[in-house]
Parts: sequence; C-alpha cells; structure tokens
Amino acid sequence: MEVFLQQLVNGITLGGVYALVALGYTMVYGIIQLINFAHGEIFAAGGYMGVILISWMVAQGYPPFVCLGVALVLAMGYCALLAMAVEKLVYKPLRSSSRLSVLLSALGMSIFLQNGLMLTQGVYDRAYPGEMVQGGFEIGGAMVSYMQIVIVGITVALLVGLNTLVFKTRIGKAMRATAQDKTMSALVGINASRIISLTFAIGAALACAAGIMVGMYYGSVRYDMGFVLGVKAFSAAVLGGIGNITGAMLGGLLIGMIEVFAAGYISSEYKDVFAFIILIGVLYFMPTGIMGENVDDTRV
Amino acid sequence: MTTPASRKLWLGYAVAMLWLYVLLWPLIGIKPGGLEFATSAAIWAKLAAISAILLVLWQLKQRGVFDFVSRPAEAVSKALGKATDRVPTRLWLVLAFACAVAFPLVTERYAHDVAISVLVYICLGLGLNVVVGMAGLLDLGYIAFYGVGAYTYALLSVHFGLSFWLCLPIAGAFSAVAGCIIGYPTLRMRGDYLAIVTLGFGEIVRIILNNWMSLTNGPNGILGIKPPGAYWWQDGKIEHIWLGSLEQFYYVILGLAVCTIVAVYRINHSRIGRAFEAVREDQTAAELMGVNTLGIKLLAYAMGAVFGGLAGAFFAARMRFVSPESFTFIESAMVLAMVVLGGMGSIPGVILGALALIALPEIFRGFELYRMFVFGGVMAMMMLFRPKGLWPAKRMGARSEERD
Repeated sequence: MEVFLQQLVNGITLGGVYALVALGYTMVYGIIQLINFAHGEIFAAGGYMGVILISWMVAQGYPPFVCLGVALVLAMGYCALLAMAVEKLVYKPLRSSSRLSVLLSALGMSIFLQNGLMLTQGVYDRAYPGEMVQGGFEIGGAMVSYMQIVIVGITVALLVGLNTLVFKTRIGKAMRATAQDKTMSALVGINASRIISLTFAIGAALACAAGIMVGMYYGSVRYDMGFVLGVKAFSAAVLGGIGNITGAMLGGLLIGMIEVFAAGYISSEYKDVFAFIILIGVLYFMPTGIMGENVDDTRV
Repeated sequence: MTTPASRKLWLGYAVAMLWLYVLLWPLIGIKPGGLEFATSAAIWAKLAAISAILLVLWQLKQRGVFDFVSRPAEAVSKALGKATDRVPTRLWLVLAFACAVAFPLVTERYAHDVAISVLVYICLGLGLNVVVGMAGLLDLGYIAFYGVGAYTYALLSVHFGLSFWLCLPIAGAFSAVAGCIIGYPTLRMRGDYLAIVTLGFGEIVRIILNNWMSLTNGPNGILGIKPPGAYWWQDGKIEHIWLGSLEQFYYVILGLAVCTIVAVYRINHSRIGRAFEAVREDQTAAELMGVNTLGIKLLAYAMGAVFGGLAGAFFAARMRFVSPESFTFIESAMVLAMVVLGGMGSIPGVILGALALIALPEIFRGFELYRMFVFGGVMAMMMLFRPKGLWPAKRMGARSEERD
C-alpha cells in the first residue's frame, strides 16, 4: 500500500508534466495536422533556459521562489519566440505542400535544434541549482516532497489557465474555429496565420514549463532529453484523442501513471517501452483515443 | 535596390536577424558569473554577414547581373548534358563500376574504411528508399532492421559458428519477418501516425537489445564475430580463408551494394513498383484499381527490411562486434536524411546522398561536431527549396496533375 501510494504521487507529478507537453502536440495537430517533431526540443530548450536563468539569478542572490517564478516566465517567453520562429521559417512556407515534406522538415528541425542545444550547452548533463526547494512530508507512508507540490501546483495553474484561454476567451474561440475549418474561419475575419503562430507559442510555453519542472525534479537537463519525452507526450496526446485539449491532459496523466506503475511493478528497464506499446495499441484498436475527436481521413 | 519587393526583403532580413539575436544570446550569454555579450555578438555578426551576402547575391541574380556568366554556363551545361545523353547509360554504369572496382587499388586504408561505410549506407539508403521513396511510407525506425540483421548474424556466428554466406539470407529473412511483425499492426494507420509508431518500434528494438542480457549481452555487445570466408574445393575437401582485410571487406560490400542496386532497380520497374507508386500517390484510387494496398505496403516494408538486414549482417561481420549503441534513432535519421537529400525514389540520388553525408564529413573532419546540426538544417531547408532532392527520381509513366 505504501509503495502504491508513493507510485501514485510520483505518477501524478510525472503525468502532469507529460500533459503539459502533450498539449503542445495536440493543439498543433488539431490546427494544422502536423506532428511537430521539434516540440520535444522546445521542451529541452525550456529545461536549459530554466537552468541558465535560475543559475544566474541564484548567483545574484535572489530568493529561490523569485528565481523560479521569474525564470519560468522568461523561459516560457523565450520558448514561445523559438517556436514561432521555427513555425515561420519552415512550417509556414510548406503549408500547401505534401504532408510528407512538412513531416520531414519538422524532423530536420528537431535534429537541428537538438544539436544546436548540444553545441551551445555541451554534451554533458547540466545540473539545476540544488537548493531550490527542499524537504517534504509524509502521508500514509508515501513521501511527498515540496518540489512535487510545487510542480503539481504550477502544472494545475497552467492547465486551468489554458482551459480558460481556450474555452472562455475570444482568442480561444478563434483558435477552436480555425482548428475546425480554416477557410470558414478566415471568411469570418479570423487571421489564421496569426492563430497558428499563437498556437505554436502557447504549446511551446507549456512545454517549456514542463522542461523546467523535469529539470528540477531530476536535478539536471541533457540536450537530447526531448526525444524520448516527446514521443511519450505524443503517445499521451494520441491516447487522449489527438486534437482534444481535455484528452491530452487526461492522456498525459494516464501515461505518467502507467509508466510509474509499470516501472514499479513490472520492470524498470523496460519503462520506456510501455509508452510506445500504449501508443501502438491505442492507434490500432482505438485510433480516436479516449475523448476521440478531430480524426479525418487525410493521409500523408 | 529600392523596389518595394527588395525593401520588404530587407525589412524581413532585419526582423529575422533581430529575432536570431534574441534567441541566440540567452543560450550563450547568460552565465552564473554574469551577463556576457561578446561571444554571442561575434557569432551573430558572422551569421548576419553571411546571410546578408547571400541575400545580395540572390538579389543581383534576380536582376540579371550575373547573366553574362550564367547564360554561357547554362549553354555549356546544356551542351554537356546533350553530349552525355548520347553516351548510352550502360557505358556510364560500366565506367562507374570499373571505378568502384579499381578504387582500393589506388587508395589506402583510411579511404577503404570510408568507402566501406559509404557502401553500407548506400545499401541502407536504398532499402529505406523502397519504403519512403517508392511507397511513400515514412519509416523512422528503419535502423531496427539493420540491428536485427546484425544481431542475427552475430548470434548465429558466435553460438553456432555458421558461415557469413549462410547467415546472410537468414538475416534477410529475419528482418523481413520483423518487418512484417512491425508492419502489420502499423500500416493501416495514417501516414503521420506511421512515422511516430515506427519511431517507437525502433526504440523498442533498441531497448530490448539493451536489456535482454542473456541473449544480447546488453550494452556490452557481442564480441568475436567471424568475418566472411572464401570457400573452395581442393583435394576432396573444402578449404577456406577468412576475408578479414579491408580490401576484401570492400569487395564483399561492393557486391552486396551492386545486388541491392540491381534489385531495387528491378523492383522499381516491375508491376510491384508501379503498385508502390500508386499507393504513394493516391491510396484510395489505387485500391479502386484493384491494388491490395495493405499487402503492397507490407511488401514494401518487408522488402526495405530485407535490405536493411543484409547490410546489418555485413556490418556485424565487418566490425566483429555489435552493441545497441550502433542502432540509435540518430542512425535512422541519418539514413532518412540521405534519401531525402538525394531524392526520394531515386537510386542515383540515394547513392549521391550517401556519398554526401558519409564522405563529406570525413573530408571536413574538423567540423565533426556540427555534422548532425548541419544535416538537420539541410533536411528542413531541402523541403523548402528543393523538395525532390539533388537528383530527382524520374517518373515512371504518365499521370494527371498531382495534387500533393
């Protein structure tokens, strides 16, 4: 029971992070039907921006929570700019070409960004400053660290914020309209280009927050950490029903839980395999996912 | 240069450069010790200068300033093209083959080593070309079949002492089976899902190789794999020598590459090749015309896997050592980059792509670190500026306007 509770706590922490990354995949897929391979690299870039900013601010002597808050905001802004630049540079000019081309250029961009990170930040792990959030408490035998509380808190705040943005505001309405029908939404005066750009920016900001939290949670970041996590987050998006925002949140949480429990009860060596198996299983038996939406029969 | 178009271009340039600096500086300039601007500004200035020069050149070209060079150059290249067209293709092929055969005689060890890698990657690229180029299925886990082939030969050689030549078809067959196992559940999916699922499968294969200690010896790999042998009949019994030197390896892989080229060429010109193309261009229409689309896709996948497996068996024999390290996603991406760079569906294109991606970095060894960085960028840019690759594939037969 104690092990179970502990895994549950870890699963929720990890699942929230997956959900944040999955949202970027699902929103971009929902609006332009592209698997944005570069999204995992945006996540890694976020982790690096976090470590860069936090190290700098800690060295300047600011208190930990100020460091974390300011770094979060600045890094999210940075990643949003990065994603918008990528979108403008390689996805937008390819909007009318075949889907295979766009997919390949997305893959190229992913390799480009990953190696760009390696060139500027080095091939070794970069450690987060250790003294950020320390300590924890115990519930029913399970250790909950304050770090986990902070991570879950930030995740929930971001998810609620996104939900409000998408479902309650005019911009959100425009985003949903563009995802449903680009031509019609253009006819009623929505600037599709701008909405797509904004979608990339929002997804990137969420992924960036996830990157910082993963970095804090595990204590370090690495230039290639976006690859496996990206695939897992994409699995989460597919599990929830690609294009569906609530689905991505749910899918992320589920994938996080499954991974943690599978690692705990079945095999920790094969923990990365489970996400892939779920991805394949879902696509084979239930291609519309749990919340099922936005599945059209267009092919590459 | 004050036309509205050029003004817009330079405005775009200025915005892009501003953007670039904003993205570049935080990565380089923020250090725990303090903020620093010199390094990032230096890199940025170089990039800005290079792109400004390229833009100026491009604008001058648009305005016809270089016509005095480009017109005669074009005429010369056209005349050359005509002259080379008159020489029959067979002659070119014979010439290329003769050069390939003579290559080890006029070069030394290091060049042999590079040439062997190039040929291995040509085999891989051509195999992937069947899947991506001909059938239009984006496979991001192709290196898994290379791994299956390599481990098949490694295990059979180490545990049962089977000969390379016997294991070659077995490795191909195992890879084909692996291809079918992976392909059957995935090939019904939409194209872009296929990409990510094959990526997942590629990783699964690598993780299994890494963790199945009793079979694969995990990350330590398998040592002591025998090289191929040459066998002959003498005095009533079989004699053999091991083909262990680099030249001998070169000829073995050259033979394998030539077989692959011929096979892929024949597939391309066969009924099956047409079916691949039909599925690639329009699956629904192909199905209406009586093509068994799932069967054809599975066939493409299995065929691609066979070539990967053969190359893998050779790789194991060449290195005499296999470990999961050699079968990472980056390798898959590299083979894919070759196919994309050379021209999807084009055999000479893939060969050119392999040469460019394997041999060029050997020449520019000082830039080793930048290799994947440049590949990624080139791959994305190729899609923008030359989506059909360096040596575009010739279309087989006539078809209506293509939509996508």
